[in-house]
Amino acid sequence: MKEVKASMAGTVLNILVAEGDAVSAGQAILTLESMKMEIPVEAEAGGKVEKIHVEVGGFVNEEDTLITFGE
Amino acid sequence: MTKTTETTGYNERLEQKLATIFAGGQQKYHEKMKESNKLFVRDRLRLLFDDGNYVEDGRFANVEAGDLPADGVVTAIGKVNGETVCVMANDSTVKAGSWGFRTVEKIIRIQETAEKMQVPMLYLVDSAGARITDQLAMFPNRRGAGRIFHNQVRMSGMVPQVCLLFGPSAAGGAYIPAFCDIVIMVEGNASMYLGSPRMAEKVIGEKVTLEEMGGARMHCTVSGVGDVLVSTEEEAISEARRYLQFFPANFAVKPERIESKAQKAGRSLEAIIPENQNAPFDMYELIDQLVDEGSFFDIKKLFAGELITGLARIDGQAVGILANQPKVKGGVLFGDSADKGAKFINLCDAFSIPLLFLADVPGFMIGTKVERAGIIRHGAKFIAAMSSATVPKISVIVRKAYGAGLYAMAGPAFEPDVCIALPTAQIAVMGPEAAVNAVYSNKIEAIEDPKERLKFVQEKHQEYKEEIDIYKLASEMIIDEIIAPSQLRNVLSQRLSFYETKDLPLPYRKHAINPV
Repeated sequence: MKEVKASMAGTVLNILVAEGDAVSAGQAILTLESMKMEIPVEAEAGGKVEKIHVEVGGFVNEEDTLITFGE
Repeated sequence: MTKTTETTGYNERLEQKLATIFAGGQQKYHEKMKESNKLFVRDRLRLLFDDGNYVEDGRFANVEAGDLPADGVVTAIGKVNGETVCVMANDSTVKAGSWGFRTVEKIIRIQETAEKMQVPMLYLVDSAGARITDQLAMFPNRRGAGRIFHNQVRMSGMVPQVCLLFGPSAAGGAYIPAFCDIVIMVEGNASMYLGSPRMAEKVIGEKVTLEEMGGARMHCTVSGVGDVLVSTEEEAISEARRYLQFFPANFAVKPERIESKAQKAGRSLEAIIPENQNAPFDMYELIDQLVDEGSFFDIKKLFAGELITGLARIDGQAVGILANQPKVKGGVLFGDSADKGAKFINLCDAFSIPLLFLADVPGFMIGTKVERAGIIRHGAKFIAAMSSATVPKISVIVRKAYGAGLYAMAGPAFEPDVCIALPTAQIAVMGPEAAVNAVYSNKIEAIEDPKERLKFVQEKHQEYKEEIDIYKLASEMIIDEIIAPSQLRNVLSQRLSFYETKDLPLPYRKHAINPV
């Protein structure tokens, strides 16, 4: 089980995957908006999206879990 | 006849002693090193020095100590890239490279030699720390271990000091890397910690692995004490040699210009830089188009990636580059990136390496988390270092430069030798969206019709953009020059050579009270 965490505080601009999706390493999975900048979030390793913890427009703090991956 | 026999006798004794010394510690320790892909100290030195040649001081230290083949550190003088350097290198086959009385004395002496000769000092560290049984002799006294660090601090900025970390650097010994200009760490073997995991468990009750607490990857990505993460000792040595090519022997000498190389083949700057100020792009691709191919030496690549710091050549001229990376955290400056920038500026400024700032920065991060972590204090370090640097400073505004981000990236008020804008540049206290919100938020909320509201906001955005138009700033002489992106490399090369004679006296005082 792997977690993707927010690298900085901001709001969720869009979510590019759905629960159950298979993703590959380096794939863009979500975009944060912070300091008016688009912050792309990529999957560090391949896996299946198990849970999405955030919603579009929601605030996330640095280190908050965004997405959990299963095997 | 008699005389010859006597001579042979002398030589035999010498040869025996030398054989013992060169063999190092017991065979089982050599085997252990091999198992963990570590090289014997003398093999490390052979790889480091030009043609493997060096001379040694204190070679016979501890040779008569009984239980030791010789002392656990080798101190040597040799050439790297044709320039003299002094080296201390732990021999971890002797008492795990721990520091005894003579170890400390040898290290102090080679430091003194480096200072007298005004040449770089290299620390090849692989040591278990202090030898507790020798503590009175090696720890607290005038020429105890503390003197090693005292010397490092004294020599800082005088001669380059480089640490290659091959194994542990434990307890007090961990300050050797901390006082060096750069720390190269071998993943899997190198570690730094004040208290070992065993001690952490006993004293504070924490259960943790060595890798988690003080491993090479942790230090190069999280703590920032490590600068360059490598996978083998050979790579560590070749990176150290490459790093030293950028540096003069000492602060009084200027770095040499070497033969120029063309930049890497790639897309034009126009194609690389997105027009949308808020869209990410890879700043490394832009740097590749400015510097001589293969010359970029990344420092702290894995730490605070929102700010890139590295040494490079432009037409053979050494330059230290600080560039915001929009691809990581939007290029926003944080406490760690500020620390990273400050140390890098100090390094370049000490050894006459000109600074090039490539600004594309939304500003310093805001919010509770960073304020509590002291972002103002960290930001002040960065700005103070940049401000007090007297080497040539070239500020290039690539896209946005908002708020104190403009200041940190050597904006016009900080006496850059030139502030150049690309046509995509945007200099402001804050971006258009944030500014319009800040000024008109009550008015915007009062407009009930969403269409009218949007229209109002767009009008104000437009007005704001006109107000901060880069040609207006050039017309007001706020910036010095606007150039086509395709010209940037040539312009930088010319300017670097024009500024070569820059000589700025330091203000008269003892020293500044630097923010920390």
